Amino acid sequence: MAGYIIRRLLWLPVTLLAVSFLTFSIARFGPGDPVSVAAGQIRDPEVLARIRAERGLDGSIFEQYAKWVDRAVRGDFGESFAQRGYSVREIIFPKMWVSAQLGLVALFVVFGLGIPLGLLSAWLHGTWLDPLIISVLLFLRALPVVVVIPPLIWFFAVQNSILPVGGWDGIFDIWWIAGVIAVPIPDPHLYIPLVALTLPGFAGVARLVRVTALEVYTEDYVRTARAKGLPETRVAVRHVLPNSLLPIVTVVGFALVGIVEGAFFTETLLGIPGIGRLTFDSVVSRDYDVILATTVIVAFLFVVMNLLVEIVYSWIDPRVRLGEAAVV
Amino acid sequence: MSVAAGQYTAEAEAVEQYERQAARNPWLLLWGRLRKKRLAMLSLAIVLVIYGAGIAAPLLAPYSYTEQNLERGLEGPSADHWLGTDRLGRDMLSRVLYSARTTLIVTVAVVLSGTLILGNFLGLLAGYRGGWIDSLIMRVGDVFASLPGLPMLILLNATLLPRVLQWVGWVEDHTPISGLSSSGTASYFTVFGALALFSWVGTARLIRAQVLQLRERDFILAAQATGGSTWHIIWRHLMPNVSFLIILEVSAVLGSVAGSEILLTWFGVGVQPPNPSFGAMLFEGSGARTFQAHPHLLLVPAAVVTSLMFAFALLGDALNDAVRGR
Repeated sequence: MAGYIIRRLLWLPVTLLAVSFLTFSIARFGPGDPVSVAAGQIRDPEVLARIRAERGLDGSIFEQYAKWVDRAVRGDFGESFAQRGYSVREIIFPKMWVSAQLGLVALFVVFGLGIPLGLLSAWLHGTWLDPLIISVLLFLRALPVVVVIPPLIWFFAVQNSILPVGGWDGIFDIWWIAGVIAVPIPDPHLYIPLVALTLPGFAGVARLVRVTALEVYTEDYVRTARAKGLPETRVAVRHVLPNSLLPIVTVVGFALVGIVEGAFFTETLLGIPGIGRLTFDSVVSRDYDVILATTVIVAFLFVVMNLLVEIVYSWIDPRVRLGEAAVV
Repeated sequence: MSVAAGQYTAEAEAVEQYERQAARNPWLLLWGRLRKKRLAMLSLAIVLVIYGAGIAAPLLAPYSYTEQNLERGLEGPSADHWLGTDRLGRDMLSRVLYSARTTLIVTVAVVLSGTLILGNFLGLLAGYRGGWIDSLIMRVGDVFASLPGLPMLILLNATLLPRVLQWVGWVEDHTPISGLSSSGTASYFTVFGALALFSWVGTARLIRAQVLQLRERDFILAAQATGGSTWHIIWRHLMPNVSFLIILEVSAVLGSVAGSEILLTWFGVGVQPPNPSFGAMLFEGSGARTFQAHPHLLLVPAAVVTSLMFAFALLGDALNDAVRGR
């Protein structure tokens, strides 16, 4: 196992380089000359050549890539073409922080509600409620994010003014009780994006927990627990739940992919200053360096996280032999 | 794909005859299992109706999808326009039918090229040949699988689309071909190319895992011993044994590709106007104020898209069960 992990870790930089080179060449393939954009009215060839050199845009694509990597590893992703005077880093990282907060909360909600729903569904196996729960969750997954949000805004913000129309104000607000005790409560801006981001995710988690729990229910120790007279709820919580949780580590990755992809639409529609909204604006203004940096950073996080999930899974469940065909 | 023999009852004779048939034609067995699932049949019907509407759009559509009538914009459903009109007074029903056509074209093209040709072929090759070919294909697959799909697709389409349009413009200037860029056809190619590039990995991995087991079997050894070439063994001996997996993949990929096209177009990097797409229709209806004043702009495409996605999900589950003998 240690050998496998080391092998994967050695592959990591190779994968990351391949991913970034692919992204880089695609971004450089885009139309328009960033140099003439940066130069504005000036058409003096010397000025153009200077800008080209400054931005690392001279030489072959490989030389350009080498320069880009050299800067990127030091956290310098160049300068935005759309927002003059701002470095890509200055633009990206605050937005990434917003998206990360939102995504993390969404991840917790997906698992926090998905697991009990799956367990409930397994518990109700054999009744009409089990297929109903799963069908409803599948239906929610089939609803595109972009369809969910406008009715939510209309109902909660426009019609009833319960929640803000959009924007972002951190995860928590502080409530002061008698001016002394601080109670953190979720910020009202959080609810609509959270609903939109989590609805498609429940089905995956709940179904996996359900299938595992159904298998666990046939185990001998469950029969023993029932035979010794434990109430059904206690059987579920003490014996079935812990043994049904192992495989859900494998869907953390999938759930996160769903949340990241959902964030593009949620943030765009709700005006949340995150990475998804930024990508939308960058696509509209053809700000390639921002799109490039965003994609590469997200890809890096994905690669690293997939590896982490695999290692953690093998660690908590020694039966999993690393290097075997992945669970489909 | 044998079924455990049932007990002899009055119906056993019929069952046995059916199984004999099924042993000769496993697809019949699969269809038999699927046919008993009501939900699966309903889903299949929904998919077929929407795809059928796409095929027959030119016959069914009461108006052209580009025909504008600015005096009658944003109307609700009426006798003239069954599903109402959009901001430009275009008939929503016709737009929906032609959007189904777009979904049909993109999904079928991606499934044919990405799943059936690239994924299937590379999976078979990697699994059967092993060695450096296997490593190469799978490592490239790892890179694609580790890329975040949507941002990559957005980047790819955002950069490719203008390039493709340039090329198409050049082709139009230098050859008698014309009307490609004005009709927006070029955008179909970028959407389809980008989606195909990302859809093959899952299929290839699945097929490869299956082939790894199959190639140890005696019939493959026999085929090798009698001098069967790699291509012969792949096509004649391995392909038929993975075809059930391919069906599963096709149903899964159809759904996810349909969803991706819609989201990409919503984002503005997919199919370009004036070509109709559910993504563009959803985008037009997705403002909160728009939804308040003209809910049909969102609800009409949303209903079709959600039914299609839900049907794909249920159908995929049922197929999965049927292939696994349930």
